[in-house]
Amino acid sequence: MSYKIYIPRDSSALSMGAEKVAAAIQAEANLRNFDVEIIRNGSRGLYWLETLVEVATDKGRMAYGPVKIKDVTGLFDADFLNAKPHPLFLGLTDEIEWLKKQQRLTFARVGITDPISLDDYLAHDGYKGLRNALNMVGTDIVKTVTDSGLRGRGGAAFPTGIKWKTVLEAGAKSHIGLGCVAETKYVVCNADEGDSGTYSDRMIMEGDPFVLIEGMTIAGIAVGATQGYIYLRSEYPHALITLNAAIEAANKTGYLGENILGSSKTFHLEVRRAAGAYVCGEETSMLESLEGKRGLVRFKPPLPAIEGLFGKPTVVNNVISLASVPIILDKGAQYYADYGMGRSRGTLPIQLAGNIKHGGLVELAFGVTLRELLYDYGGGSYSGKPIRAVQVGGPLGAFLPESQFDTPLDYEEFSKIWAVLGHGGIVAFDDTVDMAKMARYAFEFCAIESCGKCTPCRIGSTRGAEVVDKIIAGKDTVKNIQLIRDLSDTMLNGSLCALGGMTPYPVLSALNHFPEDFNSQTIVKVAA
Amino acid sequence: MHDLQTKLDALIAEYQHKPGALLPLLHAIQDNLGYVPEWSYASISRGLNLSIAEVHGVVSFYHHFRTFKPGRHILQICRAESCQAMGSEALEAHIKKCLNIDYHQTTADQGITLEPVYCLGNCALSPNIMLDEEVYGRVSPTDLDALVAELDTEVVA
Ligand SMILES: Cc1cc2nc3c(=O)[nH]c(=O)nc-3n(C[C@H](O)[C@H](O)[C@H](O)COP(=O)(O)O)c2cc1C
Ligand code: SF4
Ligand code: FES
Repeated sequence: MSYKIYIPRDSSALSMGAEKVAAAIQAEANLRNFDVEIIRNGSRGLYWLETLVEVATDKGRMAYGPVKIKDVTGLFDADFLNAKPHPLFLGLTDEIEWLKKQQRLTFARVGITDPISLDDYLAHDGYKGLRNALNMVGTDIVKTVTDSGLRGRGGAAFPTGIKWKTVLEAGAKSHIGLGCVAETKYVVCNADEGDSGTYSDRMIMEGDPFVLIEGMTIAGIAVGATQGYIYLRSEYPHALITLNAAIEAANKTGYLGENILGSSKTFHLEVRRAAGAYVCGEETSMLESLEGKRGLVRFKPPLPAIEGLFGKPTVVNNVISLASVPIILDKGAQYYADYGMGRSRGTLPIQLAGNIKHGGLVELAFGVTLRELLYDYGGGSYSGKPIRAVQVGGPLGAFLPESQFDTPLDYEEFSKIWAVLGHGGIVAFDDTVDMAKMARYAFEFCAIESCGKCTPCRIGSTRGAEVVDKIIAGKDTVKNIQLIRDLSDTMLNGSLCALGGMTPYPVLSALNHFPEDFNSQTIVKVAA
Repeated sequence: MHDLQTKLDALIAEYQHKPGALLPLLHAIQDNLGYVPEWSYASISRGLNLSIAEVHGVVSFYHHFRTFKPGRHILQICRAESCQAMGSEALEAHIKKCLNIDYHQTTADQGITLEPVYCLGNCALSPNIMLDEEVYGRVSPTDLDALVAELDTEVVA
């Protein structure tokens, strides 16, 4: 009898020793003459339990974790292959509360399937969305995406369907005479995932690359684009491997390339590696980079949807936006839109990070509060001290104090408190955090990553860091705090993109909510 | 040097016709040689029909590309917020002191080049470091010492 064991290939699991655990389990099985098949799945996203080892039983998959190499012999001694008790035994994976309470739509397969097995993908509802899309005209595909309410998950929350519509319609007028040559268009996936506290793009690319490929193919068919690029950050070598393996499999089986599934549609896909510049996550900077140039942000208009890559109409979407498309095309717009609150429809893959006990991926409908996420899921801080602040939405997101933890995750609710959801990353800090230092870091980061095109961002950020240093040193605090406010104002209003334009979010929120860290009891707390 | 030039020419020939060829080419060069040497700019600019200034501008814009030969291993310490929340500052100070170098420098025996990095996408398990192509999570100064000790390098205690 052969035993089926699942051990993630996800890079967070690898960072906790999954590769060595897999090797040790294989070696021990050989030694004891057990026939085992080890499947390298994506991660279930319960990262504090990595390496999470699952064994298949007739009741379902049983989990053990966190498994270290030193636990392997003990697991065999306890007969874990037959799901017997052991101190690391967690029961049925699907019954673990943390996972069971989630609403996994985009992440439906992550951690369950073998990421690079097309057969496994097909056996778990894969490519149903594309099959539907192939029987629809472009305008209907676009309408379905619009009706689902899906908004860009990369940060700006722009309605995906409306962006696609612009690209679909772009160039239509340029059909000349009888020739009617279709204009070249592109689909570009933004996989630059530079925000601290975020890793959902990586989990999809390492754990279910086909869902991204399917989403991009649907986008291509919808708008009439035949070439796609995935702009992948260079810090993700494992994602590069899984993506390329999946693309190769899709090319070989008619899911990519020419005549997709016997239709007359064509879509080619290539991964391009980024080169470690945060600003290249900004869409126009990314297009410059893909063209082989320095990542200088472009003026808008023209919008990338009209004049994007190589001057052609281009869909630019985040990994999660594109990976959410297959389920929408499979189950319908309404199915997706039924999740969520207000104008934030569907689900958000939330990433718990920083000083948090149970960090990992929580996919839920919009509307869940920060407090529920931090305590019911996160289990409080890792250090056991009170959580004093959280930063939501990456390095350009505001810091929120305890008093705002009841805010529901919703784009509009967050903008009411001068905060952003961004890409859904939540970084928790305990009470040892020094918020003046965090404000300084925000300026410093902006200075390091600025593309240099506008003065407030290029110079202001360096100047800002210097002024915060003075405040920390207790020099002319009142005057210098006013200077920070003026400088922030200039950056907010005088920057071409959100790098310079939103650095004031972390800076001012730190100042407003945590004035006691800025060497000044005298400043009036400004209502956010 | 002659060998390297031959290798470089082969890479240029392989990539020059790709749309937006410069970044993929620079990656290929760095993957093969460990860095993008300045003497390569002339050939690159001829092959891709760019000016040398343009090539230089691109190489210098991106943090990933380096123009000096790195040590045998590259150690990156994550400096971003999530890792800060879990003590990355102490980790940075510790390793700089142990290796007796600052960021962007290489140990005297050419063993390790130290680089900062801004998020490795492993923020649920901060603090993180990347050694060559592998990420290590929940790293303490002691863990870091053990990792470095395994490398073929001499560490200044
Ligand atoms: C400085 C900066 C960095 C950004 N980084 C990313 C990123 O890493 N990934 C991403 O998807 N969007 C990023 N964005 C947002 C993109 O400009 C763009 O809005 C997004 O890719 C559009 O896709 P979506 O509509 O699917 O969200 C960034 C924006 C700015 C200003
Ligand atoms: S705000 Fe900063 S990063 Fe954005 S375009 Fe201006 S200089 Fe470049
Ligand atoms: S902030 Fe260090 S891994 Fe994300």
